[in-house]
Amino acid sequence: MKFGTEIVLLGLFAFAAFVAAGFGVDEPFRQHMWVLFLVLLGFTAILLRNSNFKPAAPIDPSAYMDGPIRYGTIATVFWGVVGMSVGVVIALQLAYPQLNIQPWFNFGRLRPVHTSGVVFAFGGNALLCTSLYVVQRTCRARLFGGNLAWFVFWGYQLFIVMAATGYLLGITESREYAEPEWYVDIWLTIVWVAYLILFLGTILKRKEPHIYVANWFYLSFIITVAMLHVVNNLSMPASFLGSKSYSAFSGVQDALIQWWYGHNAVGFFLTAGFLGMMYYFVPKQANRPVYSYRLSIIHFWALIFLYIWAGPHHLHYTALPDWAQTLGMVFSIMLWMPSWGGMINGLMTLSGAWDKIRTDPIIRMMVAAIAFYGMSTFEGPMMSIKTVNSLSHYTDWTIGHVHSGALGWVGMITFGAIYYMVPKLWNRERLYSLRLVTWHFWLATLGIVVYAAVMWVSGIMQGLMWREYDEQGFLVYSFAESVAAMHPYYVMRAAGGAMYLAGTLIMAWNVTMTIRGHQRQEQPMSGAAPALQPAE
Amino acid sequence: MGLMDKHAIIEKNATLLLVGSLLVVTIGGIVEIAPLFYLDNTIEKVDGMRPYSPLELAGRNIYVREGCYLCHSQMIRPFRDEVERYGHYSLAAESMYDHPFQWGSKRTGPDLARVGDRYSNTWHVQHLTDPRSVVPESIMPSYAFLKDNPIEVKDFSTHLVANRRVGVPYSDEMIAHANADLMAQADPNADTTALLARYPKAKVGDLDGNPQQVTEMDALVAYLQMLGTLVDFKNYDEAAGYR
Repeated sequence: MKFGTEIVLLGLFAFAAFVAAGFGVDEPFRQHMWVLFLVLLGFTAILLRNSNFKPAAPIDPSAYMDGPIRYGTIATVFWGVVGMSVGVVIALQLAYPQLNIQPWFNFGRLRPVHTSGVVFAFGGNALLCTSLYVVQRTCRARLFGGNLAWFVFWGYQLFIVMAATGYLLGITESREYAEPEWYVDIWLTIVWVAYLILFLGTILKRKEPHIYVANWFYLSFIITVAMLHVVNNLSMPASFLGSKSYSAFSGVQDALIQWWYGHNAVGFFLTAGFLGMMYYFVPKQANRPVYSYRLSIIHFWALIFLYIWAGPHHLHYTALPDWAQTLGMVFSIMLWMPSWGGMINGLMTLSGAWDKIRTDPIIRMMVAAIAFYGMSTFEGPMMSIKTVNSLSHYTDWTIGHVHSGALGWVGMITFGAIYYMVPKLWNRERLYSLRLVTWHFWLATLGIVVYAAVMWVSGIMQGLMWREYDEQGFLVYSFAESVAAMHPYYVMRAAGGAMYLAGTLIMAWNVTMTIRGHQRQEQPMSGAAPALQPAE
Repeated sequence: MGLMDKHAIIEKNATLLLVGSLLVVTIGGIVEIAPLFYLDNTIEKVDGMRPYSPLELAGRNIYVREGCYLCHSQMIRPFRDEVERYGHYSLAAESMYDHPFQWGSKRTGPDLARVGDRYSNTWHVQHLTDPRSVVPESIMPSYAFLKDNPIEVKDFSTHLVANRRVGVPYSDEMIAHANADLMAQADPNADTTALLARYPKAKVGDLDGNPQQVTEMDALVAYLQMLGTLVDFKNYDEAAGYR
């Protein structure tokens, strides 16, 4: 019977969640288990409806397995819209605090929904679907392990739903970008190991002798995130039927382990994985080979070696020992070089195809992504210098820096990859509309520029107000005055974010129409097909 | 055959690539993190530090639950303006019993590492209920609902036990009295002599203005009012703690 084992297992887990909802020792845990129960019950019902007793049709082992990738692409767009919408909401909450609705929709509970929503739901699904797309095509092999890819996809969505609903219910470990509690962490570990087996298994059965460079980045991202996730989330639950756990580490050790994780969530989740994306989709879309093979080797090993050391720059001038802070700073500055090595390798791949920036909005998006990558990997090392950090730390400047990387690099390279993949995955001749891609590009770019510029001004102003003295040697501003001064910037920041969100909504429309098989009647992009000149 | 050509060996062997990259990424973490468990200035003991009382721990859990750390740091840096604004710079030892740490990364609101004893209990309750009634510029959300939530005690001693398992020195006596201490600290009629012997400087009595019930507001105020009050800096040897 099709799905027989799956239905029985899901049913059992749903029952276990139901029992836990009854016997949980704290209210948030009981509510969370009700959520889990309903989600699993829904899954079981869907599988039952799709079940039948006919023997399954034989699978062509030479064909690529693109089902989970199609679902992953849709999930990327969906979670992108959700995560960015929550971002605009919390940006508005900072400008207009009346928008907080206690207790579930207060800023403190919504903020992790935004960060996890964009990093893990949007970015994670993008990594999941592009890595499975790339590994099959560069290895010329079908995904390993039969339905394992489906387990990874649905298991990861379950993680997202449990994490997000947990935050709203107040279930959090308070470790930034690793907030889910112990039982959700265990589930993610299981899914992640399955993902590693799926990816590595596909590489092992490849028909190409060489492993393509994109896969090095994807593989190192998967294994490093596994290491970071497990160590950072070591904790002791107060009860196995309760939501609360206590970190295995305390104080200064806990802080460094968290930021060793936190910085490498940026370094490996948001950088190495997306560099893998760059190394496949940019050459494909430009129809040019990667600029330098040697540079990619140096860039790869230098990047993964140096990134791990940079965590302590999040803890400058704290109770962390000085030597560790300085070590973190020095390695952060060194990190500038491999980062720009990667940028050069990506940008120079366009040599001989630069005209495409004018004619192909997808290439334009990818080039902008690489340019933003270069910009934020310069800004990051600069902010890690202790003197600069003494001003920038604790201010909005950090938030601006994160967003120039996340919106500019991660967002734009993902959009480029999605626009590349969608027509191919659904066998469409072309996208619904290239002109809408241009709209998306400009809305996103302007949104980022507004956002980052506003956050520079507000962050530096905040830092300067906090340390301003008058001639008698008294502090000039109370803290509350610095909060009041932020208001106009918070309004403008929300406007920048809303522009970026508008671009994403246009993409969602464009992708939907492409999947449904429509083609918009529109003028071709100017210069896309040069008019023939008569011979003189 | 140059070094670059040898790289082809790794490119053709997935296991080698996997193990190689894992080794490369472990080095930095080991060098930076492992010494922190042994160095004197990260594991120093400072007079006055004690584990949280059950009510303070419950309050701390509410602080974590509501995501307060997203806008409030608890780490004063050794700069003139910060020390004048917030008090003595924070010591590593002051967060030695913090599982997890709450240093934060952003100051949308002020640092809270030494907010204890700076305001009255009434001020805190009013501020948490309606922030802009006491600080007009504030953009903090309201936490009025904490007053309506009674502290949930199935068995709070399990929380102390979990903390003890990860290294907080809760004694058998503290664990045995955990559930009673949780309620007694905010009960104006309770005898708190034994409690104060176990947890010196704990804030006792009705904290949220409602003596009938021990609420989440009581717990959060108990936590906020003890922040940064345990170490007496008159007796602290600056030179010994120099980092």
